[in-house]
Amino acid sequence: MPSPSTAAPQRVVLFTDDDPLLLDGGGRLDHVEVAYETWGTLAPDASNAVFVCHALTGDAHATGTPEAPGWWETMVGPGRPVDTERFFVICPNLLGGCRGTTGPASVDPATGSPYGLDFPLLTVRDFVTVHRRLARHLGIDRMLAVVGGSLGGMQALQWALDAPEEVARAVVVAGSSRLSAQNIAFSAVARSAIMRDPGFADGRYAEGDGPRTGLAIARMMAHITYLSEQAMAEKFGRRFQDADEPRHRFGVDFAVESYLEHQGQTFLDRFDALSYLYLSRSLDYFDCFAEPDATDALTAADDPTRFLVVSFDSDWRFATSHSRRIVRELERARVPVSFREVSAPHGHDSFLLDDDDYLGTVAAFLDQAAEQAAGQAGGKGAGRAS
Amino acid sequence: MRPDLEVVAALVPPGARVLDLGCGDGQLLADLTARRGCTGTGVDSDPASLRAAIRRGVAVIELDLDTQLDEFADRSYDLVVVSQTLQAARHPDRVLAEIARIAGRGIVSVPNFGLWKHRAELALRGRMPVSAELPHPWYDTPNIHLATLADLEDLFAAQGLRIAERRLLDATGRAAGGWRSRGPANLMASGAVYLVDAG
Repeated sequence: MPSPSTAAPQRVVLFTDDDPLLLDGGGRLDHVEVAYETWGTLAPDASNAVFVCHALTGDAHATGTPEAPGWWETMVGPGRPVDTERFFVICPNLLGGCRGTTGPASVDPATGSPYGLDFPLLTVRDFVTVHRRLARHLGIDRMLAVVGGSLGGMQALQWALDAPEEVARAVVVAGSSRLSAQNIAFSAVARSAIMRDPGFADGRYAEGDGPRTGLAIARMMAHITYLSEQAMAEKFGRRFQDADEPRHRFGVDFAVESYLEHQGQTFLDRFDALSYLYLSRSLDYFDCFAEPDATDALTAADDPTRFLVVSFDSDWRFATSHSRRIVRELERARVPVSFREVSAPHGHDSFLLDDDDYLGTVAAFLDQAAEQAAGQAGGKGAGRAS
Repeated sequence: MRPDLEVVAALVPPGARVLDLGCGDGQLLADLTARRGCTGTGVDSDPASLRAAIRRGVAVIELDLDTQLDEFADRSYDLVVVSQTLQAARHPDRVLAEIARIAGRGIVSVPNFGLWKHRAELALRGRMPVSAELPHPWYDTPNIHLATLADLEDLFAAQGLRIAERRLLDATGRAAGGWRSRGPANLMASGAVYLVDAG
């Protein structure tokens, strides 16, 4: 059934007390509402659906208008690799998030007050369980592709491992199959900044209030890990923000300090400290190949998921070694996997930026997916031979 | 498909899981998949070639043949193809050792530096040969390890690789007949395709 494009997020209740979300860690959620956006038109045979998974602090607004741009304009939109003129594109806000989907700031139906730290810990598999339910709600049995960067890529990977029959292609950009000690260390400092802020008050702060200092510091520090040293040197060097001469005082003097300050402050307007804790913790525990049977479903699938794994040579948050490990594990499972290490100077953030080699690689992968789907449908469907 | 790749393809067992080192735009693997029911993966390091291979639906892994073949597990493929690539490797001997480790069996396709034309160029004109088979000047060529068929066959032996099949190529890259013994073959063939196994 064709679905209209939407300009604003839609909301849908996907789990209720009759049909609760059973969590990977053993808990349950009796009410899960998901905010999501879609673009494009679903083909009559539902063969052209592409699911976009957002990263740690993203939301459902992957692409928008010049006035209200999305977070992945380089990748998603008319004529972009995830081409909204050909594909029916879906992007939800993550479970545990704070942009319309049920999360720790939501009201616990059992108590009538916000969950706070009573919200259960979440795993990447939980995010995927909710994605899968949303797909079913939209009438899609099999995604032409699931696409994501960083934590988004981890969701694409987990979805393919959990339900390969639902994922024809997975695009895993700047992702990881498990965090390193260094990755977890950065997460730990970010969470400490939040939880030790007196404003955190054990997670019982009022809406719009809370550990503003701690959350801003967490964001400032995380942002350092998203950029390469070279990118920072080129963007800021040792320039001073408002003067030609150093002021030799504390406070913001260097341009890079001003930039981080700005990143920290603007983050407060759009993100909640509890969501930051829950989502970042899901990253720490993620270890998708840990179970010995992790790839069994993939190997047994009649038509296993085909993967595209992409890393960036300047990314030190999830360096190429993280992606290589994903590739080795998938290779071992004997499933088709392509890997590119793209040369790009911007570090982890490269996955959000314009780079012809990177975007061209994803476009090639998705164009071929569309072509193959069209071939399987006897020339009908969404594929446009190009 | 390039004529020399036709010769390679004909030596690949139907249904084999193939690793193609230096796969370029994935022509061979696409053909093996479509016509011989093979599966497999290509390896290259050129961005445009990798994108082209992905666009044709070939799984390709970007890595450096000289340093990163340890990404592939022991005996994880049925066959390794090294087509027009060995002469560009920094350590051809190590690449051959990796064939043995990854698949135990390989197809190696090479130009023959021992071709009479090349010998004449060097012997009579005192110049490094530049020809249809070896089109690059000596200072700007990917082919840093040129060898004659006799040299290569010695290296196979040293690496414990047995030659199961040898197909000589003419100047167009097509299979050429005649020259059964090593001396004439080394003089007359523009190149050769070998099927080797680690026994």
